[in-house]
Amino acid sequence: MKKLFFGVLAALTFAAGGTFAGTLDDVKARGNLLCGVSTGAPGFATVDDSGKDVGFDVDYCRALAAAVFGDPMAVKFVGLTSAVRFTALAAGEVDILARNTTWTYSRDTDLKQTFLGVNYYDGQGFMVKKELGVKSTTELDGATVCIQVGTTTELNLADYFKENGMSYEPVPTADNAESQQQYLAGACDTYTTDASALHGTRVNLENPDDHLVLPEIISKEPLGPLVRHGDDNWADIGRWVLNALVIAEEKGITKANIDSWKDTKDAEIHRLLGTGDDDILAMVGLPKNAMYNAIKAGGNYGEIFENNLGATSGINIERGVNASWTKGGILYSPPFR
Amino acid sequence: MSSPSPPPSESFKFSMLLSDTRYRGMSLQVITFIIFMAVFFWLVDNTIKNLALLDKDVSFNFLWLRAGYDINQRLIPYSSDSTHGMAALVGILNTLLVAFVGCIIATVLGLFVGILRLSKNWIVAKLMSAYIEGFRNVPVLLWIVMVFALLTEFTSAPRAFKGAEPEATMVFFESVAITNRGTYLPAPVLEEGAYWLLLCFGLSIVAGIYFLRYANKKKKDTGKSLPTFWISAAVIVLPTFILFFAMGQPVSLEYPYLKGFNFKDGIHLRNSFLALTLALAFYTSAFIAEIVRAGIMAVSKGQSEAAASLGLRPNKIMRLIILPQALRIIVPPLISNYLNLTKNSSLAIAVGYMDVRGTLGGITLNQTGRELESMLLLMGFYLAVSLLISSFINYFNRSFQIVVR
Repeated sequence: MKKLFFGVLAALTFAAGGTFAGTLDDVKARGNLLCGVSTGAPGFATVDDSGKDVGFDVDYCRALAAAVFGDPMAVKFVGLTSAVRFTALAAGEVDILARNTTWTYSRDTDLKQTFLGVNYYDGQGFMVKKELGVKSTTELDGATVCIQVGTTTELNLADYFKENGMSYEPVPTADNAESQQQYLAGACDTYTTDASALHGTRVNLENPDDHLVLPEIISKEPLGPLVRHGDDNWADIGRWVLNALVIAEEKGITKANIDSWKDTKDAEIHRLLGTGDDDILAMVGLPKNAMYNAIKAGGNYGEIFENNLGATSGINIERGVNASWTKGGILYSPPFR
Repeated sequence: MSSPSPPPSESFKFSMLLSDTRYRGMSLQVITFIIFMAVFFWLVDNTIKNLALLDKDVSFNFLWLRAGYDINQRLIPYSSDSTHGMAALVGILNTLLVAFVGCIIATVLGLFVGILRLSKNWIVAKLMSAYIEGFRNVPVLLWIVMVFALLTEFTSAPRAFKGAEPEATMVFFESVAITNRGTYLPAPVLEEGAYWLLLCFGLSIVAGIYFLRYANKKKKDTGKSLPTFWISAAVIVLPTFILFFAMGQPVSLEYPYLKGFNFKDGIHLRNSFLALTLALAFYTSAFIAEIVRAGIMAVSKGQSEAAASLGLRPNKIMRLIILPQALRIIVPPLISNYLNLTKNSSLAIAVGYMDVRGTLGGITLNQTGRELESMLLLMGFYLAVSLLISSFINYFNRSFQIVVR
């Protein structure tokens, strides 16, 4: 009995071999970046008609790969459901998780993850069929709700209905696709997840106009990429690639005009693009032009947003709070010096 | 050892450990044991090192923390304020419910199909073969998803029951609603005095059992057989029936009705539960049918011929002569099928049924990040249940087997 116990114990973590310090060296030795993304969240991570990975999270990983290798295609995407994502990251199956994941206290501390920042300020919403005649979440008492298991939305949902003295029946599903299927089949009255994902899902439905995303946002969902605890250098690289994309938007550096800044008087731009004398990126073990490559990969934060979530993408999500602080949003990067 | 030769005069050499049959068996066992222990310690060591590397400890304290999530099907009171331990318990009960109901349906179906497959009626026998081969040769996960899809896609949403001319109506005298979210049955409501009724029913069952024993004894002693079925049925049902009306019908039925988004009241059998239970039961019943068939065929043909020559009718031959002997062969492999059904119920997550794999091994694992602990608890649970089931049925089995003197 005792033997069995320990055998099981060992077998479970058998896969988690190797050492986790020096992720950058591992990534370089492997020749590509392993990036954990969603198994299908329109706008964030999907596969387009030509079989190419596209999305907001995908583009972040491409920028990171470009920073490390100078090649935005040197990244392998690993589709993870919400339920297995943290285990996959902890076990070293991916180097970084960019899977519209909400930054919370317990995930940061107890799950031993390091969040690199917020790349999308989201909130939980509800989608219903218009024929239901529901206009507000307060009318959802007694509703059957489709919900992805292992998400913060699951906990928010329980709290929200409890606070408002309403009852509901959860229908647990594994991922966005299954939720969508159950919702369309009428096995649940409403589907709840991050509002951005709802908008992305809605436009891909057969008749988007038959569905309505309710106006209420019931939670704060700051989404961001994350890595394992214990490799601060790797966390710094991920964090500053994200910051670089935000700074680039602030400064007006785009994919198209990135080569035209050589004569600028702005010292921060020189540091960022590696066109000045200082090579501050050597501090984290990256080439001098790493951030140049990262921005060149998919453009600055604003361009990535527009291409995947904004008007260009057809999903039409407003920038709202996700605009740069210079334009009334709350995106604000620490200085690059 | 079997070596009859006199003790060898040559002195012991090290190579004899492998070349000499007197030592070889023992030395191979020692070597195997050493290798086993080495691998085992390496695994444990690797685990401890990797956990330390991840900065993780092993702690079961999360079981006492607030779970924060809701579970749709709960057999005991549970809310999002309950602990993760309670959530695990809710899941355990849901698993046991599926296993229990599934095993009963699988046994009844399996027995039925297994006997019918031996029927001399060609069409019946072939139909049963088709049933067995169909269920036995397709992975059970596909059956679960298939049954769930059928239940969800070909039934109406609760909203279809609304309006003056609804698209869908309730069946069985407006008492049962079959929707794409599950089937709603009328629920019995116990009013004052209902417990006397339950007590009466319990006593009647005991009386029925005593009557059957008496009838058996009488048959053995005198050879006269009483119409046991009718008498025992009357003993069990009649007193409760009379008392029910004498006390002014203290048990009433609560019918499901549509309110808001869903049906309210009544017993709600969720599609996830129905799909999982039915698919597992069908699948397992195909295996049980084959076991039953094998058991029956293993009983010597002379037995049924002898019974027939005594003038017994075919169904009595089956019930009194063949099945009791076949049971000795059937029961041991039946256990492993019960175990399989119980373990296969962990596929529940495919249809969103909240069994212990879904609560403890799914949501709790995910929200707390305690993968190792959750998985260990899960394995411990399935191990314990399996051992319990097999020890129970083994005990039962012993009473069937021929006592060898």
